[in-house]
Formats: sequence, C-alpha cells, structure tokens
Amino acid sequence: MSLSRKTAVVGVYEHPTRFAPDKSMFQIMAESIRGALDDCGLTIKDVDGILSAGIGMSPMGIIGLCDYLNLTPNFMDGTNIGGASFVAHVAHAAAAINAGLCEVAVITYGSTIASTRFAIGTGGGAGGGGDPCHQFEFPYGPTGIGAYAMVAQRHMHEYGTTSEQLAEIAVTMRLHASMNPAAKYRDLITVEDVLASRIVSSPLHLLDCCMVSDGGGALVVTSAERARDLKKRPAYVLGAGETARHAARGQRDFLEIAAHQSGRLAFERAGVSHKDIDMAMIYDSFTITVLTTLENLGFCKRGEGGAFVSGGRLRYDGEFPINTDGGGLSSNHPGMRGIFLVIEAVKQLRGECGPRQVKDCQIALCHGTGGELGTRHSGATLILSNQ
Amino acid sequence: MPEEKDKKRYAKPLPHIDEEMRPWWEAAQRHELYIQKCRDCGDLRFHPRALCPSCLSSNTEWVRCSGRGKIYTFTVTNQNATAGFRDSLPYVLAWVELEEGLKLMSNIIDCQPSQVRIDLPVEAVFEDVTPDVTLVKFRPAA
Repeated sequence: MSLSRKTAVVGVYEHPTRFAPDKSMFQIMAESIRGALDDCGLTIKDVDGILSAGIGMSPMGIIGLCDYLNLTPNFMDGTNIGGASFVAHVAHAAAAINAGLCEVAVITYGSTIASTRFAIGTGGGAGGGGDPCHQFEFPYGPTGIGAYAMVAQRHMHEYGTTSEQLAEIAVTMRLHASMNPAAKYRDLITVEDVLASRIVSSPLHLLDCCMVSDGGGALVVTSAERARDLKKRPAYVLGAGETARHAARGQRDFLEIAAHQSGRLAFERAGVSHKDIDMAMIYDSFTITVLTTLENLGFCKRGEGGAFVSGGRLRYDGEFPINTDGGGLSSNHPGMRGIFLVIEAVKQLRGECGPRQVKDCQIALCHGTGGELGTRHSGATLILSNQ
Repeated sequence: MPEEKDKKRYAKPLPHIDEEMRPWWEAAQRHELYIQKCRDCGDLRFHPRALCPSCLSSNTEWVRCSGRGKIYTFTVTNQNATAGFRDSLPYVLAWVELEEGLKLMSNIIDCQPSQVRIDLPVEAVFEDVTPDVTLVKFRPAA
C-alpha cells in the first residue's frame, strides 16, 4: 500500500536556543511543539499522536512527555534509533495516520546536552552498555568520533579520498550557516582552516566534527485532506525507508551503510528518481557521514564521493544543494539532529529560507543517520514534495 | 604500558561479561582466540552468540583462530574523556580482519601509532588486565 501524498508535514519549529542551562529538555520540547502548532494553526487539543526520542529521556520517556504535556494520545511511538529517529518518526506518523490510528501527530526532540556537558563524541568506552556486543568493544576505547574516523580511513584507503575533499563539506556547511541567523558558528572558514584544526581521531580534524549544542524542534504531521485547510503550504510525504547496519557477525563492509537500503526503499516508494531531488538534508555528524551517505543514496557512485562533494556542488546555489541551514557542523547538534533535517527541508519547500533559499525547490530528500557508521547505525530516508 | 601491569590500578572500562559469552572470555584467559561456526549452515560469526544469526541453529562449533590477521581500518585516538583512556592518549583503535575472515575491534599495541596502516599484518597479544579479564589486542606481526 502506497503512502505517497496521503499525509503531510504541516507545521515545523526549530527552537532558537543553542545553549539553555535554564531549561529542561521537556521544556524545550514543549516550547517547540507550541511553535510548530502555531506554525500550522492547530492547537494542543488537536494532537492525538505523539512521537519522540531523546538522549536524556528514560527508556519509557514518551510516557513522561505525555505526563508533562498532560496528553492522553491515541498513538505513541518512542522509537529511538539515534539521530535518525525523527526522520523515521515522520514515516511512522504517516503510516499511523493513514491507518486511522491518529489524525494529528506531533514529533519532537529537545536536549540540554551542551549545558550539561555530556561528552557525546569523545566519551565512549565508558560504563557498561547493555548490548552483548559492547563487551567486545568498550574495553578498547571506541569513541563516537573514532568509529566514524575508521570509516573515513577505510574510504581514503580504498578510493584515495582526501582530507581536502572532506574539508570542502565543512566549508560549505559554514557558508550556509553564515546565512542562517540562528546558526551557532557563522564565520566563514576555508579548507586550510579545517586542515589546520587539531586531529581529534585520525583522519578527522576538529572541524570535520559536528558541534555539541543544546536545542530542539517539533513537527506536525496530518492527513493530506486536513492539511489543505491549514496555514502553510503542506510538505507531502512521498516515500520513506529505514534500516540498520552493524558488525554483521564480523562480516561487514563498512563502506556500505544503511542509506543504501533506506534510500532505495524511499525512492521506490516515492516513485521519483535522483534527478528529481532539488535539495537534500544529509545528516552531518561528521564530514565523512555526508560523503558516504551521498554515495550510498546513489547520488554518485561508491568511491566517487570525494570528487562529488568538491567544486561547490553542495552549495545552496550549486548543482546539488544540501544542508542549507548549516547542518550539525555549523548550525546546531544537540546530540541528535534528525528533526532539523525535516524542518529545513519543509522550509525550503515553502520558500521560507531567505538568502539561502534553493531556487524552484519542489522535492526534497532527508536522510538521518543514528549511532555510528563504524560500529552500528540506523538510517532513515524521507522524500517530501510541495506538490 | 606500565599502568596495565599494575592490575589493581587498571582504570579502563572492563567488559560486562554475559554468561552467554563466558566461554569466549575464559578461552581468552587461556590466551586462545575463538570464533564460532554453525554446524548446520556453516556460517562463521564473531562476536560469539548462542544462535547462528543466519539460520537460528544452536548447533555451534568453536573454531580456534591462528591470531594472525591484518588491519582493516584504524584511527589514532587523540581525545577520549573516559577514565583510563584519557591517561593513555594517543592510542590506536582498529577493526582487525582475522585470517579466518572475520573482523573484530581491538587496539594495536607495541608500535608507534605512526607505523600503523591498513593491511598491516598483525598478530594477537593476550593482555591479562585483571585476574579475571584478558583482552585480545594486536601488534605488528613478527
């Protein structure tokens, strides 16, 4: 059964905060929900579905969020597959609405990871993970950055990809952030600046890595029918896909990532092809994340990512614009940032992006990565259209 | 690594050993490295687990490894806030591909980080970090 164009993202809100020691994560979520409902003209009374995931939330945190908001929803989804969660939540909400399980679903994320000084990328290997695999990894000190760095190292070895090529991604994200008043880092940088920054985990430099910020956001999803009467132009859900990649019982090819499968599913279900995509929001935890995701989604061949990301192709005014908000590398990254991928894509489809607006933007793709490319991760792809 | 010779002061995270995995950890204490093979479908696997993920058979053979392999990929870690690791920077984290074809995560030791490269032949080193835990690490092959 196709979900294409039966539901739409109708309200979006990105919380402006990048550092909020005075707020709780649920406060950031609730303020974001208020913003997203205002954006589309609905109220909290209309909400009968809630989807969320968090780093600070407890395993049953979705119920705690219902408590905070005094919600008694008809549909709940606390799926936590890392930063990709909120991209997957849009598909889950679309399926639930289409199946009649709820009518108006809110998806939200909030985090105070920066103000509480959680070492998300450079901790790792601490404490006991609950999964059986962790005992075979944590004693060796895998950091989040290290896991991605090992994918970068392998990519360089197999295909001759260079640090300069990876740096181009960071430079482009910063250019976009310079046009986004809410972005945390807005001063332009050069390839030389990236290469001169310290190596956190080889071959990744500090400026190859996303920041740690506070923040949050919310989305409102409803049926295409109900979307027609709301304030803003709907962003219709055309297709989506999700999956996981992991150590594969010791037989993994680490350059084949979840995007390969989730992207194929999303394109098939949406009934569109790569040339139809006007802009993309690609999870940029690290520069290498972007490069391997573009390859695995099929925008270029495996091994050709280095050349593909060069020459300004990814700029808002380039051949294939991505991450026009500045991404996790330069705008915000409160631990997980899948929700911001959808928020910016919807704003682009509405033509609300001012100086960084992509011309004639009708179809946008979002791809979230959760977890670590170099150990285990999720991938969720979503294709949206304003038609 | 002097601090690792002093068992009482071993500060890095220790594995939370599942009973399911205990035979593997006990073998490591004997300085033996094992992978598993499904007696029904023949599929090889690491890390060890009770069931073959390819066919769900419980009929398992433990296969002793030579301990030889090569570096599949690695990173020189310059920053890690975790106790124990923050005092032993930089260190080399790697996925090692065993001669038997499976990859496992480990550290590359007994060499300068600058000597480490992908495809470098390595051999297992068994490090008795506490009286109860032996870790399997790798060093450049002799």
